[in-house]
Amino acid sequence: MNFKLKGALGALTGVLMATTAIAQTELTVYTAVEAVDLPRYKEAFETLHPDITINWVRDSTGVITAKLLAEKNNPQADVIWGVSATSLLLMKSEGMLEPYKPEGVEALKPSFYDSEDPPSWIGQDAYVGAVCVNTIEAEKHGLAMPTSWKDLTDPMYKDMVIMPNPNSSGTGFLDVSGWLQIFGEEEGWAYMDALHNNIARYTHSGSKPCKLAASGEVPIGISFAFRGAQSKSEGAPIEIIVPSEGVGWDMESAAIVAGTDDLEAAQKLMDFAVTKEANEMYNQSFAVVAMPDVAKPVEHFPEGLEEAMIENDFEFAANNRARILEEWQKRYDGKSEPK
Amino acid sequence: MVESVRTQAQSKMPAGPAIKGKLSRDDLIMRGGMIVIALYLVVTLAMPLYVMFSKSLSTYRFDLSAFEFQVSDEAGNFDGTILNGAALNEQTGAFDKADLNTNADGRLGVTEFFPEFSFRSPVQYQIRSIAEDGRYLVGSTLYTGTEWQQLDSNTFRRVALRPTQSRGLSNFTEYFSTPALTNSIKNSLIIAAISTVITVGLSFWFAYALNRSCMRFKGVFRLIAMMPILVPSLLPGIALVYLFGNQGMLKELLFGASIYGPLGIVIGSVFFTFPHAFIIISTALAISDARLYEAATSLRASPWRTFWTVTIPGARYGLISAAFVVFNLVITDFGLPKVIGGQFNVLAVDIYKQVIGQQNFEMGAVVSVILVIPAIFAFAIDRLVQARQVSSLSARSVPFQPKPDRKMDRIFLIYCTLIGLFIVGILAVCQFAALVKFWPYDLSLSLKNYQFNRMDGGGWAAYYNSIKLGLLTAVIGTAVVFFGAYLVEKSKGFRTGRAIFQGFAMLPMAIPGMVLGLAYIFFFNNPDNPLNVIYGTMAILVVSTVTHFYTVSHLTAVTALKQMDGEFEAVSASLKQPTMKLFARVTVPVCLPAILDISIYLFVNAMTTVSAVVFLYSTDTALASIAVLNMDDAGDIAPAAAMGMMIFYTNAGARIIHLIASRGILGRTQAWRTR
Repeated sequence: MNFKLKGALGALTGVLMATTAIAQTELTVYTAVEAVDLPRYKEAFETLHPDITINWVRDSTGVITAKLLAEKNNPQADVIWGVSATSLLLMKSEGMLEPYKPEGVEALKPSFYDSEDPPSWIGQDAYVGAVCVNTIEAEKHGLAMPTSWKDLTDPMYKDMVIMPNPNSSGTGFLDVSGWLQIFGEEEGWAYMDALHNNIARYTHSGSKPCKLAASGEVPIGISFAFRGAQSKSEGAPIEIIVPSEGVGWDMESAAIVAGTDDLEAAQKLMDFAVTKEANEMYNQSFAVVAMPDVAKPVEHFPEGLEEAMIENDFEFAANNRARILEEWQKRYDGKSEPK
Repeated sequence: MVESVRTQAQSKMPAGPAIKGKLSRDDLIMRGGMIVIALYLVVTLAMPLYVMFSKSLSTYRFDLSAFEFQVSDEAGNFDGTILNGAALNEQTGAFDKADLNTNADGRLGVTEFFPEFSFRSPVQYQIRSIAEDGRYLVGSTLYTGTEWQQLDSNTFRRVALRPTQSRGLSNFTEYFSTPALTNSIKNSLIIAAISTVITVGLSFWFAYALNRSCMRFKGVFRLIAMMPILVPSLLPGIALVYLFGNQGMLKELLFGASIYGPLGIVIGSVFFTFPHAFIIISTALAISDARLYEAATSLRASPWRTFWTVTIPGARYGLISAAFVVFNLVITDFGLPKVIGGQFNVLAVDIYKQVIGQQNFEMGAVVSVILVIPAIFAFAIDRLVQARQVSSLSARSVPFQPKPDRKMDRIFLIYCTLIGLFIVGILAVCQFAALVKFWPYDLSLSLKNYQFNRMDGGGWAAYYNSIKLGLLTAVIGTAVVFFGAYLVEKSKGFRTGRAIFQGFAMLPMAIPGMVLGLAYIFFFNNPDNPLNVIYGTMAILVVSTVTHFYTVSHLTAVTALKQMDGEFEAVSASLKQPTMKLFARVTVPVCLPAILDISIYLFVNAMTTVSAVVFLYSTDTALASIAVLNMDDAGDIAPAAAMGMMIFYTNAGARIIHLIASRGILGRTQAWRTR
């Protein structure tokens, strides 16, 4: 009996010691950031807070959003990092985000964080729509370099343009909501009607159009600037065009998931997200970041990108998303017969 | 008194208890085991499907009567009139009934209820919900509860009502009133039908050449015909892009037609379904009675007539079965149309688009229910046909021996070479694409595309995960399937239980992988489900893969077990040996060839499946087949081809190891077969 008790006590002490030894807070962070960029954020944050470990769960924006919404009643994530603001607004409107005002958030550009106080989300960097044109193929087909969105409706580009399907790609939706804001609803749809005639096909992902332009499969890809710069640095014969009417954009943004067990650690990560150090890291891949005067030009990014960004109304985009997608599907997805 | 009782007892004997064989401990173990495995199938198949079906009936609707408004005058004073949303809608006719049906993400602006609304006006508004669960947004902030909110005009235009959840068929009504969605039904059926006709036609002649001619190199052709089984179904799609895309090597052969669409899907489908049709038809052609042919010759029937009156009727069950298997594979396939389908929408891709693209789970469930219908139908017909197949080979049959015919043999050789070139060519193109630095501008060779860690999709870790999944699936799946089959086949009595079990074991074949995966999200990702812990782990991938490929494995096991006489059990019982000892000492060693076949089948399929796991993998459990899909999706097509070929080599390697292992083990355990 006595022996047993001793054993039990010993085991208990062992357990207790083990728990103190691993009193490490683990944060589950859902992210859509490029896989190659994740280690540097993790390393910088964990150096700053050695008692916190980040566990990334990475996937494309659509999948991560679907996952978060599916887990609405049983959130697995503590923090969301680098997911589109449109998605975060969706989650905010479901009451899934925990508002928190990170220390120093005022230093960011006002359009880069939730206008409510305390903000539910903060932006990190912008990914901006752009057009990738394959110069070799353009020459081969005798295509003039387009300079505006309107140019792309020219019949000479028939079947030469490829863009993502907004029903399966966040980038596609960013383009569509951008056009509806640039041209207004009515003219925006008229513009897409005209553009549709030139579209070779709609892809599922937002990066594919630029990659396809890079490989000459389709000469012109409507994608985003980041992808274009990446392909260009790999030696693809492409030119990145910033259409003169302005471009739609979205941002990688971060938020705390309501109901997290580790609110304190989550808040520390949010504090980190708005620091200059973090912004400089965003700048390694993105030309436009949340903090003013931090961004240095990134190689292969087109010039005048930040100036071309439209005044994006994320609330409009989020609150009209279901309606816009339905309308888009009715107009263009129905005509799915191959040409 | 005692006396009278006694006489009564003697005159009227009470009915004794019905004589019932006492269940031995063995029987109890067997039944217990069967119930455990049946429960496994209920939990991993029936319950998720039920949850998914009920999800398709979960609808969202704006309940206008649950919202109330007040409007002030220009000075901002409210007179206390409360306006109900439903009444307002009736007055203004702002939305008709169909507008009020929506999805989980639906939002409804309210300014249309107030025709004189202007966001610049000084009029103030109040809004509240009268139901406790009513929800509305101001901007993007969610409000619930029955408190009044006062808002100025400019803020009031940012109000959006949120729908409430109810049950009903409105998702289905919406589906069938959206041509963009219903088109896919037609598309899927057409694609599946065309692919079926072509594949069955091509594979019939291929199988015919291998079984009924004296053509050379039969072994090589048999090997080539089986190759497509070793790669994910989307790999031929990638090869077709390189062959017939706008920068394709053989683009001119299409005369301007686009490979993106039905054409690409059909060619790719023929590639990946070919081995399945070939195996079935080849089995049917292998068994034939030479006496029928002798009779035909003596009746002076022309070869043509003999073909139609002897060969085709003999193989008809095989042909029908092959047709439905191919039909089912094509209509439920997701990877290929995703890669090469272009704007040609099909059901399986629609599920993906609804779930991943729009996060519209309810509509995803609706499309799943629709996709299950043709799949179950094809499956049912296949089972019916199989049941009617009676042995055409009696003890008196004489096996047919093909005679050499130089002309025909040469024609068959050319035909098989063409088919072989098609299959090998597709794979060779993928391998070539994987090695080219930057198609079509820099054709130098490099291993750059194998740096998977530089791409999104999971990197090399995904490849190792796939091997892990393959091994786990092979080991666990084989154990579960074979043990289950043994219990069903060799238990005594318990008829109903066994029949139900058989039914469950057949069901997975009819359930498309995408549907199973989606059902798993709904079922396992529910916090109230105690099995919730396996969500996002390797375990759920193993479970879904084993379940998805359960049927064929089960049938293989049953066939092998049927060859074993029931007397083994009787003998072991009379020797008072526990059944489990018999199982371990006799049954398993005797059935070892079948067990090895099941495990390699599960391994290869776990390596290649996309549809069963595409909704279930997580960051730590990314898989090679998913990496192929995702890298292609991101436009990294060459790395996708490289990863696809890695799957091919791994599976080919596994097959070779399987072959060697089989020889070795069989040599030791199957010596009794030869005397």
